[in-house]
Amino acid sequence: MSDIILETRGLTKRYGGVHALEDANFILRQGEHVAVVGDNGAGKSTFVRQVTGVEQKSGGQIFFDGQEVNHTGPLEAREAGIETVFQTLALADDLDVPSNLFLGRELYKFRLGPFSWLDRKAMRDRTLEALKTTAVKIPNVDNPIRNMSGGQRQCVSIARTAAFASKLVIMDEPTAALGVQETAQVENIIRGLKDRGIPMILISHNLRQVFDLVDRIVVFRRGRIVASLNKHETDGNDIVSYITGVKGGADAAVA
Amino acid sequence: MGGTPVSQGTHGLGGLKYDPAKKARPPELNVLVALVVITIIFEVLNRLNGTSFLFNLRDNVPGLFNQQRIDIMLLQVSITGIIALGVTQVIILGGIDLSSGSVVGATAMIVMSFAQTALVNGNPNPKAVLGEWAMDLPVLAPILVGLACGLFAGMINGLLIAYTRIPPFIATLGMMVSARGVARWWSNGQPVSFPTESYAGLANGDLLGTLTFGLLHWPGQNPAVVFALLTVLFQVVMIRTVYGKRTYAIGSNEAAARMSGIAVDRHKVLVYMIAGALAAVAAILLTSKNLTAQAGMGVMYELDAIAMAVIGGVSLSGGRGSMVGTVLGAAIFSVIISGFTSIRLDAYYQEMVKGVIIVGAVVLDQWRQRSRARG
Repeated sequence: MSDIILETRGLTKRYGGVHALEDANFILRQGEHVAVVGDNGAGKSTFVRQVTGVEQKSGGQIFFDGQEVNHTGPLEAREAGIETVFQTLALADDLDVPSNLFLGRELYKFRLGPFSWLDRKAMRDRTLEALKTTAVKIPNVDNPIRNMSGGQRQCVSIARTAAFASKLVIMDEPTAALGVQETAQVENIIRGLKDRGIPMILISHNLRQVFDLVDRIVVFRRGRIVASLNKHETDGNDIVSYITGVKGGADAAVA
Repeated sequence: MGGTPVSQGTHGLGGLKYDPAKKARPPELNVLVALVVITIIFEVLNRLNGTSFLFNLRDNVPGLFNQQRIDIMLLQVSITGIIALGVTQVIILGGIDLSSGSVVGATAMIVMSFAQTALVNGNPNPKAVLGEWAMDLPVLAPILVGLACGLFAGMINGLLIAYTRIPPFIATLGMMVSARGVARWWSNGQPVSFPTESYAGLANGDLLGTLTFGLLHWPGQNPAVVFALLTVLFQVVMIRTVYGKRTYAIGSNEAAARMSGIAVDRHKVLVYMIAGALAAVAAILLTSKNLTAQAGMGVMYELDAIAMAVIGGVSLSGGRGSMVGTVLGAAIFSVIISGFTSIRLDAYYQEMVKGVIIVGAVVLDQWRQRSRARG
């Protein structure tokens, strides 16, 4: 019908009396990469938590893949095709890389209830394949990830998202804790998603990265969406003006 | 794909450089080294007194080894070791099971009541607990009753922990006290004795002979044979099946496991049920070996089992450990106890030292974790 993969209409979230998110109207099209920027507490993460089902919205509607959805948990959202890299890593430290990539969706040789036989070779092969497409360098995928650097662990987490990405990828500050080289690797993964036509929402404080990677930039301020700008029609100063409230109409006046 | 090029290493796939030296050394290796060192220490201490810990020095008895001591050690270690296999899974899951000793006691009493023989030397069984209908049942009946007891106790543990979210320590402490109560209540504290021939054969028969079609024989050591079989079974299950994978995952990061869609609560119940079933297996072998069940059976076994696991490198914070490690831990435990007996150390000292070993193993575990956090 349309090429809109995700749309929110009047999405609102209140924590008690605090309006963390107010009347957010957001559209993401097929294959589009959008950055969500804004100051701390502007509502970026709140927005993501509603879309990924981690929290339940207070009001408004979410449409995903042409249908209105009401995900009651992150698992349901994931099954619908929304893969998320959360700020807090969802990795099991004592497991090796393939086990982490396939956590909760293991491949089997044969099924026997809880004692289903794992297809370790297939998981390992597909892990190497996934890491290859993401160009992540892990010295030995058979070691528990506990002994890996923060960057490597983050890369495993992102490789998992990229490997299983079906309809939509959301990354919440994926490079916040990474070094220069690791950041470059993550950015490569994101470019790979773009090449594969998988739409993405990127939450980032890094404007250089945002201009480098995405097509459109959505600015949040005080729980509201104050701007949605094509990256070729704006620049860093413009974005910062919206983030800080120098620009942004009535909202800026109130501030 | 632009940016950082995929490095073309001399080996490995997709730019993944493999450094064989970086493959983590299995922690079980350290435990094995400790086992060997401790055994050698006791051998040396014995030699100083002109005796031997492991070897046969007498001329009038054949064989290279001190078979009597090894048999006793094996029997000791097998019963508690079977419990430890279940406790290991619970600890890897990130929990703890204090109830296994009491579950052994309760199961022993109940199981023996279904294993009694009607006539003892031509007279009615003087220790009969249940009616005539429960006499001379086929051996499968007490086995199934016993496993049901263990599974039930484990299920209660698991349901309490998974769905009321009370700490495993408290839930299984409650079971520890209650199950012991069941054991005492069952026959008003009276021992239950005189099992059928076939039940007595469970522990005292020659299972190895049956399994190998008479090729090998090891009569009277069925607990050790069962222990070995269960060790192999659960080592494979923990590594090759999704059950094991998820047990490690939950113990490692429960929140991540939940986020990944693993039915964490259901899995917890299953793990505690398996631990209960293994305690029941121990109870069956123990009563079969002793030909009697007493309400005090299995007291402190839970702590011995936990100690075996911890000595074997199973981390009390969950996520790490293996069946092989626990078996090595059990061997260390057994060698130390037998070793003290062999150098004629008083039993009271033995218990004190046992406590020191348990605490020492946990301290070691903490150190291992801290050094890992630094590294």
